[in-house]
Amino acid sequence: MVGDSLEGLLRELAPQALGAVARRTTDFGAAEDAVQEALLAAATQWPREGIPGNPRGWLVTVASRRLVEQWRRDSARRSREHLAHPDEDHRAAGAEQDDSLELLLLCCHPALTPPSQVALTLRAVGGLTTAEIARGLLVPEATVAQRISRAKAAIRRAGARFVLPVATDLPGRVEAVAAVLYLVFTEGHAASSGTAVTRVDLTAEAIRLTRMLVARATHASALEPVRGEVQGLLALMLLTGARRPARVAPDGSLVPLDRQDRTTWDRGLIDEGIALVTGALARERLGPYQLQAAIAAVHAEAATAADTDWPQVLALYDLLLTTAPGPMVTLSRVVAVAMAHDPATGLLELDLVADDPVLVDHHRTHAVRAHLLERSGDLTAAVVEYLTASRGTRSEPERRYLEARAAALIG
Amino acid sequence: MKYLILIHQNRAARAEFAAMPQEVQAAGLQAYVELNSDLAAAGELVSAEALADDSTSTVVSLRSGALVTSDGPFAESKEMLAGYYLVDVTSRERAVEIAARIPEVAAGAGDVEIRPVMDYSTPDA
Repeated sequence: MVGDSLEGLLRELAPQALGAVARRTTDFGAAEDAVQEALLAAATQWPREGIPGNPRGWLVTVASRRLVEQWRRDSARRSREHLAHPDEDHRAAGAEQDDSLELLLLCCHPALTPPSQVALTLRAVGGLTTAEIARGLLVPEATVAQRISRAKAAIRRAGARFVLPVATDLPGRVEAVAAVLYLVFTEGHAASSGTAVTRVDLTAEAIRLTRMLVARATHASALEPVRGEVQGLLALMLLTGARRPARVAPDGSLVPLDRQDRTTWDRGLIDEGIALVTGALARERLGPYQLQAAIAAVHAEAATAADTDWPQVLALYDLLLTTAPGPMVTLSRVVAVAMAHDPATGLLELDLVADDPVLVDHHRTHAVRAHLLERSGDLTAAVVEYLTASRGTRSEPERRYLEARAAALIG
Repeated sequence: MKYLILIHQNRAARAEFAAMPQEVQAAGLQAYVELNSDLAAAGELVSAEALADDSTSTVVSLRSGALVTSDGPFAESKEMLAGYYLVDVTSRERAVEIAARIPEVAAGAGDVEIRPVMDYSTPDA
C-alpha cells in the first residue's frame, strides 16, 4: 500500500473506479481519460472540501459524467448505444468489485508493444500521471503520452474487451502481465542515488501491483494454474528489493552480492518473500519465477557470502535451465558451478557454453571469466577480461566497478 | 534502451544537395518530416535536431592553463556531424531499422552511427 496520504488513497481507488467505468462502455480509452480527469478533480477538491463519504463512488460519478459530456461534445461519434446505462451511477459505483485483474490483462494485451504495456499499466492500474511515468522511465512526457495513446488505439483495433479471457488463454495472458510487472520492477530496481533522485519509485509500484495480482490469484479458481508463478514473481521482487540498501555504496559505486553488508538487508521483505516462495513451491505448479525466487532465498538465508549453500543454488539453476533455458541462465549457472566446485571447473564449464551466439562476446561473459580467472590466480588474464567487459557494458556503475576490479589487480 | 543516432553527412553530397532545385530539396526534407512523426507517434522519439554547418562551430580548449576558443570545425574530414536522433527503443535491431530510414543513408550521402547511451542506474547485484 502507498500509505494514508491522499495520493495513496487516490492511487488505490484509481483501478477500482476505472473498472466500474470501463464496464459500462466499449471505449476503454475514453473511460481511462475520464477517470484520469476525475482523479485530477479529486486531487484539487478533496484537500479543500474534505474526502467524501464514498470516495470511490465520487470518482465513478465524476468520471461517468465526464464520459457523457465527452460524447455530447463529440458529435461525430454519436454512439450512445455504447453506453449501456449512463445514469445508474451510484448504484453501480456502490457495488464493490475487484477489477484489478481484468484491468491488468487489458493493459498488457498482446496487441500492445512492451513500452506501451508498461506505460498504460502504470497509468490505468497504478494511477500515476503521465509526468510521473516519464520521470520513472527517464523519457520526455510527450513520449509517454504517445505510448499511452498508441496503447489505447491498439486495444480499440484489437477489439479487446473488459472481460476475463477464456480459461485456456488465461495462463498465457497472466504470463504477459507478469512480464510487464517484472519489467516495471527492473526499471525501478535499476534506479539509484545521485542522478536519479527525482525518479519515481517504480520498484515499489511494481510490488504494489503484483500484490494486487497475487491477492486476486489466491482466491480465483480460474487462476489456479498460474498462482504459483504469480506468487513466485512477488517473492522474487521482495527478495531482490530487500538487498536494495546494500547494493550501492555511499559514493554511488556498485556493491556486488558477495561484498554487501547483509545486516542492512530488509529482513521484513526477506521473511515475506521466503514464506511466499516456500508456500508456492510446496503447493503450486513449478515455474521460472519461483525458481529465481528460490535462488534469491538461498542467498537471503546465508548470513555471510561464505555461508551460501552453493550446491543448492546450482541444483536450482539446473532446474531453471530445463524449465526456462536462456543464455543468462546458462551464464549464472557457470558461476554456481565455480562456487559449488572450484574456479577451474567453472572456467571449463564457461568454455563449453561460450560459443553461444549471445554469450560469445557479451560483456557479462567477459566479467564472469574475469572473476573466475582472478579467483584461480591468473591475475594478468583477469585484468584483460575485466577491461574487455568494462568496454562492453552500457551501465555506468557497472563500468566503474569492472575498471576498479582491474585497477585493484594492477595496483 | 536509448540510442544516439549520429548522422555523418558527406560534405560533397551536402554541397550537391544545396545546389539542387528547391522542389528536390523539399522532397528530401519530407522524408525527415515523416520519420520524425512516425517516431513521435510510436513513442520512441526522445529528441532530434539538425545541426548548423560545422563552419559555424566554436571549439573550446585549455592551452597552457588558459581557455582558448577557435572558430571552425573540430576536425577536418570528408564527413561532418549534421544532426542526431535520440531514441528510446526496445532493441538495437529497432535502432538499426530507424537509422536505415535516414535519407542520408538511402541516398548514399553519408553514414549513420548508432551509439548506445550509458545508463547511470545501478544494475542488479
